[in-house]
This record gives sequence, C-alpha cells and structure tokens, in this order.
Amino acid sequence: MNNNRIMNKFHLEGSAKTPLIDFNGETGVLELKGRSIPENSVEFFQPITAWLDDYEAAPKAETVIEMKLEYFNTSSSKCILDFFKKLEKMNGVSTNVKVNWYFETDDEDMAEAGEDYQAIVELPFTIIEIDEI
Amino acid sequence: MALTEVYDFFKRMEDEKIILSFKGELSPELLTSILHVLEKKVHEFNFPPLKRKRIFNVLVECFQNLYHHIDSVKLGDNPDDVEKSALIIVKYIGDKFIVRTGNYIYNDDIPELEKKLKNVNELNKEELKSLYQSQLKNEKRSIKGTAGLGFIDIARKSNGKLDYEFLELDSKSSFFCLNVTIE
Repeated sequence: MNNNRIMNKFHLEGSAKTPLIDFNGETGVLELKGRSIPENSVEFFQPITAWLDDYEAAPKAETVIEMKLEYFNTSSSKCILDFFKKLEKMNGVSTNVKVNWYFETDDEDMAEAGEDYQAIVELPFTIIEIDEI
Repeated sequence: MALTEVYDFFKRMEDEKIILSFKGELSPELLTSILHVLEKKVHEFNFPPLKRKRIFNVLVECFQNLYHHIDSVKLGDNPDDVEKSALIIVKYIGDKFIVRTGNYIYNDDIPELEKKLKNVNELNKEELKSLYQSQLKNEKRSIKGTAGLGFIDIARKSNGKLDYEFLELDSKSSFFCLNVTIE
C-alpha cells in the first residue's frame, strides 16, 4: 500500500535546465513548471513517460495538465509533443484530459507555443495569461 | 603573442562591446555556466521581458546546436590532430543583441545545412510558424535526439535573417560562421 502511494506521486525539483515536476495520481493534476532546456531531453522525459504509463492503468476520471513553462528548447518541444500524444490516446478512453497552458503577460511567444500544440494535438487546451510563472 | 597584445585583445573586446567570448570544447556543465552568466548580463540591459526571453532562447538554441552537431574535424595529415573546438561571441550594438558562433564542418555536410538556412531565410513569420508545426509533427528525430527545429526557432525568435558564411579551409573541411541578431 505504502509503495503504491509513492508510485502515485512523482515529484522532482526544478534545476537550472529542467522544470519542476509535480504529478499527483490521487488528484489527477499533473504539473510541469519552470524551464526545460536540457541537452538530452529524451533522457529527462523518460521517467515522465514511464510514470504516465503507470498512471494510465488506474487514472482519475479527470486529468488536468498544468503547463507552466517559462522557457523550453526545441529538443524538449518534441518530448512535450510525445507527452501530449500519449494523453491524447488516453483522453475519452480511460480519463478525460484537460490542458491548461500558462504564459506570462506579454510573452506572446509562449502563448503561440501553446497554440502550436493546440493545432497539432486533439486535446482541450485553455491558454491562460498570468503575471508570473 | 607578445604580452602587450593581451591588452590589445582586451581593448578590442571592450570596443566591440563583447559581453562574452569563448573558444574551446563545449560540455553541458560549461553551457549551464555560460547561460547563467549571460542570463544575469541580459537582465542588466532593461530590455522588455519578451526580448529578454527571446535572447535567452536564441542563446540556448545556438549553443546546443553547436554542442549536438559539432564535427570532430581532422586537420592536417596527423590522425591524432582532431579539432572539436567551437567559438562563441556574444555582443551588442545599441539595442541590438548579437550572437555569433563558429565551428568546423565537413564540406560534404554543407549542402544540407545551407539548404536549411536558405529555406528559413526565405520564409515570413506565418510560414515559419507552419514550418515549425509540420516539423514538430514529423515523427523523425535525428540519432542525436534533435528535432531539426533549431534554426526555425532561432529565426522565429530573432525576427530576422540568419547570416552565415562557410570558409573553406581545405578539400575536406570548412569553418561555419553564424550570426544572429535580436532587435
């Protein structure tokens, strides 16, 4: 049981090149916050995908993705797409997925990045302006 | 170099408003430090937040491009004489922020790289956006895990053309110079 509780949550502090990860299988809220600019994004995103595989077996009825990114590099952009693609497959099948994409006031580039994904992925996106991430 | 030339070198960098210049091999740790220093420097400029973010983004993409794609070019006839150095120069002219990089490249790889650069330079803002989206959707990823999005992103963030030059060194290798300006 105890082990299961640990499995249900995935928390990783942010660093100079990687975002804070806070995935909570008990609430269905999955948050990525900060910057994602590692050289090897595939390696960084691997445990994120693995956690999602486990979560897929017993997800909450509603899954909310909180994307609060300040910067991301092009190597992360592909991994973020893979992450959304996986959620796209789950959406309407095992859980209902919603994506909240945040951008800081005046950061039209990050708002546009959200629109880029919205155009490619079939998930309900809400693009939200906030003062500071 | 005579010792007095150290001052000449320093003075020239001062005159040309060079914030940072580096020549050598790049590692992820080194890039973290360089980016940290530059991010603090950029903050001192009082640029609007969007411009500050664009500068940081372009720095990341330019440096990681170098890190991922740099060739170990063999110079001369000695098989041990392998050069993997890159050059980074970050400077400003008034409100313009400039990132310059230089690295060795095999002549055989030039046509493909030049095709990418020419293509990006011919596109307007909207066309760059749709090229970015179609390239992002593309399942293909290089063996280095890169997505072929680097130059498209740099062009989108710099709002201008990518200046470049290939200087031929010998029949096998050249030196690739890239100049990105963020207005």
